[in-house]
Amino acid sequence: MSIATAPQLQDGSRIGVIGGGPGGSFFSYFLLQFAERVGLDLEVDLYEPRDFTVPGPAGCNMCGGIVSESLVQALAVEGIMLPPSVVQRGIDSYYLHMDVGNVRIETPLQEKRIAAVHRGGGPRGLQGKEFGGLDQYLLDMAVAQGASVVRAGVQSIAFNNGRPVVKTQSGKQADYDLLCFAVGVNIGAKLLENIPFAYKPPRTTRTYICEFCLGREVIEREMGSSMHVFLLPMKRLEFAALIPKGDYVTVCMLGDDIDKEMVNAFLTSPEVKEALPAHWRLPADFCHCSPRISIAAAEPAYGDRVVFVGDCGATRLYKDGIGAAYRTAKAAAKTAVFHGVSAAQFRRHYQPICRRIEHDNDIGRFVFWISRLLQGAAFARRAIWRMVCDEQRLSGGQRRMSMVLWDTFTGSAPYRHVLLRALHPGFWGRLLWNFVAANRGVYTDIEVSND
Amino acid sequence: MTNAMLGKQYHDGDIIVRQGELGDCMFVIQEGEVEVIQRHADKEFCLAVLGPGDFFGEMAVLGKEVRPATVRALGHAYVLSLEKRAFMHRVHEDASFAFRIIKKMSHRIRQLEAALVRTADISTLEAALFAAGSYAKPESAKLPKTNA
Repeated sequence: MSIATAPQLQDGSRIGVIGGGPGGSFFSYFLLQFAERVGLDLEVDLYEPRDFTVPGPAGCNMCGGIVSESLVQALAVEGIMLPPSVVQRGIDSYYLHMDVGNVRIETPLQEKRIAAVHRGGGPRGLQGKEFGGLDQYLLDMAVAQGASVVRAGVQSIAFNNGRPVVKTQSGKQADYDLLCFAVGVNIGAKLLENIPFAYKPPRTTRTYICEFCLGREVIEREMGSSMHVFLLPMKRLEFAALIPKGDYVTVCMLGDDIDKEMVNAFLTSPEVKEALPAHWRLPADFCHCSPRISIAAAEPAYGDRVVFVGDCGATRLYKDGIGAAYRTAKAAAKTAVFHGVSAAQFRRHYQPICRRIEHDNDIGRFVFWISRLLQGAAFARRAIWRMVCDEQRLSGGQRRMSMVLWDTFTGSAPYRHVLLRALHPGFWGRLLWNFVAANRGVYTDIEVSND
Repeated sequence: MTNAMLGKQYHDGDIIVRQGELGDCMFVIQEGEVEVIQRHADKEFCLAVLGPGDFFGEMAVLGKEVRPATVRALGHAYVLSLEKRAFMHRVHEDASFAFRIIKKMSHRIRQLEAALVRTADISTLEAALFAAGSYAKPESAKLPKTNA
């Protein structure tokens, strides 16, 4: 198909979006916004059977619930303000916990730039409705822009003269000029069987997330606005974090196929006990899940009149999945409105964004490989801890290790930036000095609380 | 819900950016209000009062000029900053990221043009009244506050 005759969206074109998570909502929102800017009248049906206001698994998209610094800033510039009814806690600092010690690390501007949220209606057993979930907020935003939510599950996709046809579980069907998949990593094989190109779903690994209700006062007193990050010498664990929210703290473990044994070992470790209130005991029952996350992008993430965004297209390694959903959804929407909906146009205008994310993930894999090596050696952990402690006396720009760790754990910067920071001669000079000093017991006046 | 607010907290009268200083970031108001003030010949002119969702300091990320005005908090305000480098990375990946800023600047230019026309009209009237001996120029001038 030549670009000149490639299908374009026109007044009255209909677009189907499968999945009402951040990817689907961002896609609908930006598609309708771009269309409005050029005076194009589009109809968008967004298929989402779940009710994101319901607590527990039925209304949850199973995620740690961190909106990264870069996404908070991007949304603010876009005019999308995350309200206090959605943001349960603004994060401005973190505690680094290692077996050799712990240290509180302030961000340079002491500004709350990370939002801790619940994706859905909150954990199972949640009482009260003080906060709304992020997914419902974004869905409402798409609806306010003009999208219609279809409360039905999609049973199958067919193609009629190259146009996608969606059939719901209730038997209704509708045909579209463009179909956007925003279904996460758990895409059913049935939905893909009629896709007219060989779509290879993303490669995944299993992670672990759970929620403990500690109460507002306890969280305020014990954790404040700090995330707790754990770099522990546990095999297959890249890192783990405790994220304070309203009444809950979310535990998030990322690594290679996290299993029950690892979870128990982590939750009962002295480092985790030290970070949680003294009276805290692991409850017999609590809301938890082991969602799969993407670790390698889908290929290809587009075809004629079809595009995959968010986790089922391309996402960032371990971090900032919502930020990747924003970037891919916006790029796909922009391509559809300004260039067309053919595979050629998506290849030309959408694929570069997916490729950029995937290339950055390659760097991320290298960063995590280095991190694993360092975590595995006690002398290296001592050096890192000492370097971070020492840096707290320096001004923002000189806190090289602190910033490398912050950007790695929070997903606030591309992995390329993390690597560039880590390649700075000043970083290596100081790290080497700390290798020597930490392992020879060289004394410096480091003011660190070991509480 | 102060723990749920994003950005940095400022109290009434706190200066967020100062006229004449070099800046490398822009700001988006999350909560509360700020006033944009310009000092000229020992007089303070309030150019605008901005509220949630409004941004300021965008000229610093688009060029290398000094801040043209001081911005200070009116009551409690939460303001989120965005560094020039992060902003430019976004714009280079996605030019539409700057659309809202361009739109807002276009709106401000229109406001400025209207204010210029008003000022020209007033000056003409002032000159006529002054010549007739029935008008004395005020000690200090304060532009009307506008919600940008």
